[in-house]
Amino acid sequence: MKIGIPRALFYYQYYPFWKTFFESLDQKIVLSSPTNKDLLKKGLELCVDDACLPVKIFHGHVANLIGKVDTIFIPRIISIEPKEYICPKFLGLPDMIKNSIPDLPDIIDVDLNLYKSKIMFFRHFIKLGEILNKNKKQILIAFNKAQRVQQRFEYQLIKEKIVPQDILSETYKISQNEIFSYNPSKLKVLLLGHHYNIYDDFISMNLIMKLRKKNVTFITSEMVTNKIIVEGTKNLSKDMFWTLGKKAIGTAYYYLERKKVDGIIHVASFGCGPDSLVGEILEKRTRRDFHIPFLFLNLDEHSGEAGFNTRLEAFLDVLEGRKYFEDNIPTYG
Amino acid sequence: MRITFPHMGNICIPLRSLFENMGLEVISPPVCTKRTLELGVAHSPEFACLPLKINIGNFIEALEKGADTIIMAGGIGPCRFGYYGEVQKEILKDLGFDFEMIILEPPQGHFFKLLQKIKLITNHNTIKDIVSAVRIAWKKALLLDKLDLESSKIRPIEKIRGQTDKIYRDILLRINDINDKDEIDDLETIISDTLYDIPTNGQTPLKIGIVGEIYTVLEPFVNLNIEKQLGELGVEVSRNIYITDWVQENLLPSLLKPDKHKDILRLAQPYIKCFVGGHGQETVAQIINFANKGFDGVIHLLPFTCMPEIVAKSAIPRVSQKHSIPVMTVILDEHSAETGFKTRLEAFIDMIYHKKEVGDFAKMHSGN
Repeated sequence: MKIGIPRALFYYQYYPFWKTFFESLDQKIVLSSPTNKDLLKKGLELCVDDACLPVKIFHGHVANLIGKVDTIFIPRIISIEPKEYICPKFLGLPDMIKNSIPDLPDIIDVDLNLYKSKIMFFRHFIKLGEILNKNKKQILIAFNKAQRVQQRFEYQLIKEKIVPQDILSETYKISQNEIFSYNPSKLKVLLLGHHYNIYDDFISMNLIMKLRKKNVTFITSEMVTNKIIVEGTKNLSKDMFWTLGKKAIGTAYYYLERKKVDGIIHVASFGCGPDSLVGEILEKRTRRDFHIPFLFLNLDEHSGEAGFNTRLEAFLDVLEGRKYFEDNIPTYG
Repeated sequence: MRITFPHMGNICIPLRSLFENMGLEVISPPVCTKRTLELGVAHSPEFACLPLKINIGNFIEALEKGADTIIMAGGIGPCRFGYYGEVQKEILKDLGFDFEMIILEPPQGHFFKLLQKIKLITNHNTIKDIVSAVRIAWKKALLLDKLDLESSKIRPIEKIRGQTDKIYRDILLRINDINDKDEIDDLETIISDTLYDIPTNGQTPLKIGIVGEIYTVLEPFVNLNIEKQLGELGVEVSRNIYITDWVQENLLPSLLKPDKHKDILRLAQPYIKCFVGGHGQETVAQIINFANKGFDGVIHLLPFTCMPEIVAKSAIPRVSQKHSIPVMTVILDEHSAETGFKTRLEAFIDMIYHKKEVGDFAKMHSGN
C-alpha cells in the first residue's frame, strides 16, 4: 500500500520513525513535494481562513498527495508529553482536513495521546500496525527498529548541533565558499519557534541558510537535551501545558541564565495561540532581567522576503555592535 | 484584603454575593467601557485573544479603585485561557501595581494546594457559613439565567420597544441587592409575573440560537449586545450556554456532570471527533441541536484567533448544509463596531425570512 505523508508539521520531528516503521511493514512511503508557492496557494484555497500559516500549508500538502497514494497518514497528535498538549488545532487536524478537502482518499487518523502516560506511544503504533493487518510480532520488530532510528536522529541533532533537514534531505548542503567569512566576533543566537516553522525553508524564508551564510551559530530547541529544558522551566510558577512552548521557554531560560547567547530570534506564525502568550512571557522576562536583544518574526502568507532580510540583517548588526563594544571597553571616561 | 475578579456577563452579581457573605470586602471592576478596552489593548500581547485584553482592563480599573487581591480561574489547556492568569500577573507586575493574585486551578493532583487557596479566600469561616454563601450565590445565578431566558422571549414581541429592557435592569438591581433566602424565592415568581405583564403584539418571532466561545457569548460588551439587538429586530434568542451550565460543566467533577451534556456532544462526532479544547466541540454539537429543535438560524461567535472555535468553524459549512440551517460566523476583536455588526445581523435575518418564504434551502446559501 502506498502511504502518503505530508511534508509538514510533525514531519520534522517524527519522520525518521514513521518512515522506518512503515517500511519495515512493507509499505511504500510517498512524501508530498517540499513546500512551494503553488502548494501554499492550494492550501489557502482549501483551509478555513482563520487558521495559522503552517496549518494552511498542511492542507496544501494533503491536496498535493491526492491521486498519488492509497491512504494519507494524518495522526491526531493530541499530546506527546504527559499532562501537555500541542494546540487545539492539532487535536482537530484530521477533522479540519476532512471538513475542508473534498475527494480525499482513506485517512489513517490514529490518536497519539500521551497525556496520561508515555506507554501510549507504543499502543499508538500497535494500533497503526493493526490497521495495516500485521501481526503483533511484525509490529514489535518494526517498532523497535523505528525507535532506534528515531533515537539516533534525535541524538544526532543534539550532538552535532544540526537541523533536521541536514539528515532528512540529501540536497541540503552549503558549500564552504558560500559562507560569508568575515564575521570575526562569531555571534551565537537562540533560534526559537515551532520546528515546523523554522525548518520549513519556504515558511521561514531560508532563515537557517541565511544564518549559516553569515556564519552565525544558532541553537534551537531540538539541539538541546531534555534535561536542559527541564532545568530551564524550573522557575516557571505554573507548568506550561503546551509542549512546543515549554521547549522554547526552557531553552531560552537555560541559556539566558548562563549568559551564553548574544541574542534571541523568535519565529511565530500569525495568529498562533500558544505563541502569543509564550512570546509575551519570553519577551517580558528577557527585557526585564537579561538585557539581551530580542527579534520577534511573525510570519504569514503575506510576508515579503525583502523586509524580512532587512530586519534580520539589522538585528545581526546590532548584535555585532554590542559584541564589539563589550570586547573593547573604552579607556576614556 | 479587597477582592476583585474579571467581568463575564452578569457573573459579577453571584460572585460579589459569594465573597461578601464570607465577610470579605469586594471591589467589582467598573462596567466594561471603551476605556477598559483601550487599557487592555494597550498593555496586552498583540495576538492574545480578546478576553485576556478585557480582563487586563478590568483588573487595572479595579486596582485603581483600591482592590489588592485578584481572583482568577486557571485551567489545564489546551485553550489559552488556562495560562491567562500567569501572563496577566506578569503584565500587571510590569505596570507597577502592588497586588496578590489567587489563581484557582482545577485540582489535578495538587488537591492540597487548592484547599490552601480556598482557605486563604474563605477567611476562616465555618463550613456552615461557606455553604450558605455558596447556596445564595447559586440561587442568584439561577435567577439571572431565568431572567435572561425569559426576557429574550418577550423582547421580540413587546408592543412598546424598550419595556423589557427597563424591567430587566430593575430586576438585575434587585437580584444584586437582596441577600435573604426567602426573598430570593419570592423574586423568582416576580420575574415571571412582571415579564408576562408586558403587552405583546402576538406575533411568532424568528428563533435564532447563539453558539460559540463562552466569553463572547456571555459578555454583552464584547458581543455588542447581540441579544438585545436581535430582540429589537424581532428575533427570539437562545444561547447555548448559561452561567449555571458553565459552572456545572467546569467546576463539578465529571461524575456529577449532567448527562444531557454528554448526549449533546455526541451529535458533533461526525464532524469533530474529539475534544479540541474550549467549546469547539460544543459549538458544532449545539448547532445541530438547534437545527433539530427547529430553530431558523444560528449565529456563531468567537474572538479573533480563538483556536478551538477555528476548528469548529472548519466544520460549519458541512454542518450547515447537512442539517439545512443557516449559520453566520462573527469574529469579534477590539475593532468590531456596532454599525457594521448591525448591518450583518439585518442581512442575515432578511436572508432567513427569504429562505422561509422560498422554503427551499438549496436555492440559498449558508450565512458564511
